[in-house]
Amino acid sequence: MVTLKDLTTPVKSNWCPGCGNFGILTAVKGALIELELEREQVVIVSGIGCHGKIVNYVDVNGFHGIHGRVLPIATGIKLANPELTVIGFAGDADQYDEGWDHFCHALRRNIDLTLIVHDNQILGLTTGQTTATSLQGFKTKSTPFGSVVPPLNPVAHALVSNGTFVARGFAGDPRHLQSLIVEAVRHKGLGYIDVFQPCVTFNYLNTYQWFRERLYKLEDQGHDYTDRQKALEKSFEWGNRIPIGIFYKEDRPTYLDALPHLRDKVLAKMPVDDIDITSIIESMK
Amino acid sequence: MKVNELSFLIGGEAGAGITRSGFLFAKACMRAGLNVFGTNDYQSLIRGGHNFYVVQVKVDEVYSQTDSVDLLLALNAETVTLHKDELVPNGGVIYDPDDISVESETLGREDLNFYPVPMKKIVWEELKEDPIMRNTVALGAAFALLHLDLGLLDEVLKDTFKLAVAESNMKAAKRGHDYVKDNFQDNFPYRLIETEAAGKHRIFLSGNEAVGLGALKAGCKFFAGYPMTPTTGLLHFMAENERKMEMLTVQPEGEIAAINMVVGAAFAGVRAMTATSGGGFCLMTEGLGMTGMTETSVVIMVGQRPGPSTGLPTYSSQGDLRFVIHASQGEFPRVVIAPGDVEECFYETMRVFNWAEKYQMPVILLTDKYLVESQTSIEPFDTNRVKVERGNLVTGRYQGLEEYMKHKLTETGISVRALPSTKGVIVRTNADEHDELGYTSEDPVMTTSMVEKKLRKLTYLAKELEERGTETTKLYGPEEAAATIVSWGGTKGPIREALKILNREDVSVNYLQIIYLHPFPSARVEKALSKSKKIIVVEHNRTSQLSGLIRERLLRDVDHTILKYDGRPFNPGYLAAKIREVL
Repeated sequence: MVTLKDLTTPVKSNWCPGCGNFGILTAVKGALIELELEREQVVIVSGIGCHGKIVNYVDVNGFHGIHGRVLPIATGIKLANPELTVIGFAGDADQYDEGWDHFCHALRRNIDLTLIVHDNQILGLTTGQTTATSLQGFKTKSTPFGSVVPPLNPVAHALVSNGTFVARGFAGDPRHLQSLIVEAVRHKGLGYIDVFQPCVTFNYLNTYQWFRERLYKLEDQGHDYTDRQKALEKSFEWGNRIPIGIFYKEDRPTYLDALPHLRDKVLAKMPVDDIDITSIIESMK
Repeated sequence: MKVNELSFLIGGEAGAGITRSGFLFAKACMRAGLNVFGTNDYQSLIRGGHNFYVVQVKVDEVYSQTDSVDLLLALNAETVTLHKDELVPNGGVIYDPDDISVESETLGREDLNFYPVPMKKIVWEELKEDPIMRNTVALGAAFALLHLDLGLLDEVLKDTFKLAVAESNMKAAKRGHDYVKDNFQDNFPYRLIETEAAGKHRIFLSGNEAVGLGALKAGCKFFAGYPMTPTTGLLHFMAENERKMEMLTVQPEGEIAAINMVVGAAFAGVRAMTATSGGGFCLMTEGLGMTGMTETSVVIMVGQRPGPSTGLPTYSSQGDLRFVIHASQGEFPRVVIAPGDVEECFYETMRVFNWAEKYQMPVILLTDKYLVESQTSIEPFDTNRVKVERGNLVTGRYQGLEEYMKHKLTETGISVRALPSTKGVIVRTNADEHDELGYTSEDPVMTTSMVEKKLRKLTYLAKELEERGTETTKLYGPEEAAATIVSWGGTKGPIREALKILNREDVSVNYLQIIYLHPFPSARVEKALSKSKKIIVVEHNRTSQLSGLIRERLLRDVDHTILKYDGRPFNPGYLAAKIREVL
């Protein structure tokens, strides 16, 4: 069973002091310890952006991939070896801009993995431009007169894409986030968590303070997360009160569950020598 | 009377079952002990337009279609008008007189044999079946003209369709057959007669199917592909066999997802592959670069068609050679292999998985529409010729004395490969430049070392190819000749047929096929070309990309190029004439 020490790498963090990513890192490590997973059994996958460096900071198997492609890479890993616990980390631009198409399809495919989106509503690593979740009117270097389009609503999209575990967390509340991550990893299917992650350097608007004034927990309001309609309603709540917690959860067969010929099989561990193709050749006579 | 050599063409609208009929005819001929080659020509549409399928039948090995048509089976008027000039004197035309009017005067051909068969009437009024079955009536008629045993067609029908469908088709074929026997003189000067090879174990398959078989035999357990002509056939083949072979075929949301899934699967340790055409490969390019940076063992099959952009979606080309060799930003090693026939499609596919795993780099199998969609009869594969080699892969618990490093710097550039879930090992990789442990690194010394490490692998691969005597090139014909034809990929078939023609005329010419385009087998090519007085490059592109590659690698120019870029394959007679012109 892993300890905090086991999970720590020798790499010095280059996130800004106070960055919301630290809250996510703490929650992730806490979740891995709580889940009592072996380091060798976990693979983390990240995209490009400040969040992507998380592969350098957690001492488990890791794949720091390219911008937008966390989900297909993680999908490939999980399908090849379902015994692995696969956790994907993406940024908001990473997932909701560059990788948007994969988001809907991974949700409906319901691969048994976890997706944590570090949603800071800005492109940080490229020094501050607007993203899919930046608020309308938000001024950045690429929108000096304010973003003219409304943000998209990833939680609502996840729900209408047939997501089976849809949640939102806050990097400023790592303990709550840790419980969401534990639930998401335990969920059989795609566990998706959008995480509000304040960027202390470039996002002057959506600060820790901004969120603390608005966030409330769905579980405190007795929200029934088995009701997709209610979840959809909640996903549109924005303004003075913004919910976090589990919006929706259902048990639905995963992609691999629908493939009887691969039940209890690990593709990556199947022998590749002496494969018999005679019957196919015979059919070509 | 010409016996056991025939060029047969069936043409009609899309949706009329043209390819299927050509396939049935070819397979029956193969079972009669003859060699067959079949190729299709179709447009990017589902109904209408003009489709045709050509079958070349010979006693000897046959590598391509020929320039002319001996027997034309016309299911629409266009088939006659478009192909009348290809018909040989005394050639035959089977058609439906209720559908089209064919008159020798309007055709300007007085030297043809016409066989009007009321196919539609037979199917509709007599048999009360789906009009699509008129193909089968026509096939029966062709069998009668050629004196080919109808029982062969019956057997193929039974092996291809469900029993009820097969039986209806058998009736239709019989009616077509009898109609010809009853209504026409037995004057068609071609015969197909069963040979001693009848019943000998041979198979009839496409390049796509041969690649698929090679992949399955090599232990490919993960295939992700988005449909795109001409490699869709491979996606279908893998999907059809996924349960039987206990593997997984995924059709994701696009080519970007496909390549990234394959990268993930290969990282987790499975032999993984994707297939696409030029446009899809454009989308995969960023993922390709990631396989280079992360040293992941990925196999990509590219089937070329004319570009740029959508181009001619259902036709053939060799315009992407430079593209696949250079695609992606940055410098990293890759292998590009171009099989030239169905057999090479199988054996080279088995090999590419070995190169991908041993050298932990992307390998591209470069094919074209003509190669992967044409079908050939061959002896069954020697499935033991290429052994599975996985390279330095950790199995069981990691026994190394030092901490495992996925990207460890070594003399050959190849690091020990371990898979996530291996006990005692953390496997970390990174699309950013990284250190040996896979942690992001922007250190100038580490960057230099890593760039060199990755590229060093290609040097060692080239060395291994040489030491093992891998057939990176093949020379056909005499070792020394007045002229050497040089080509790669799918032009091989027509070139080999052209060689037969030229050799009959005592023209001194040989043929160098380059199979490994990258790393380029410079020594072998130089050796073959040094003995030649004239070098002629044959390619399906406008700029002769191979000539450029030869110039770059060997610092020598070629003497002539014969180029075609209309999407259609070379015909051997045309090619032989072009070669004669430049000799």
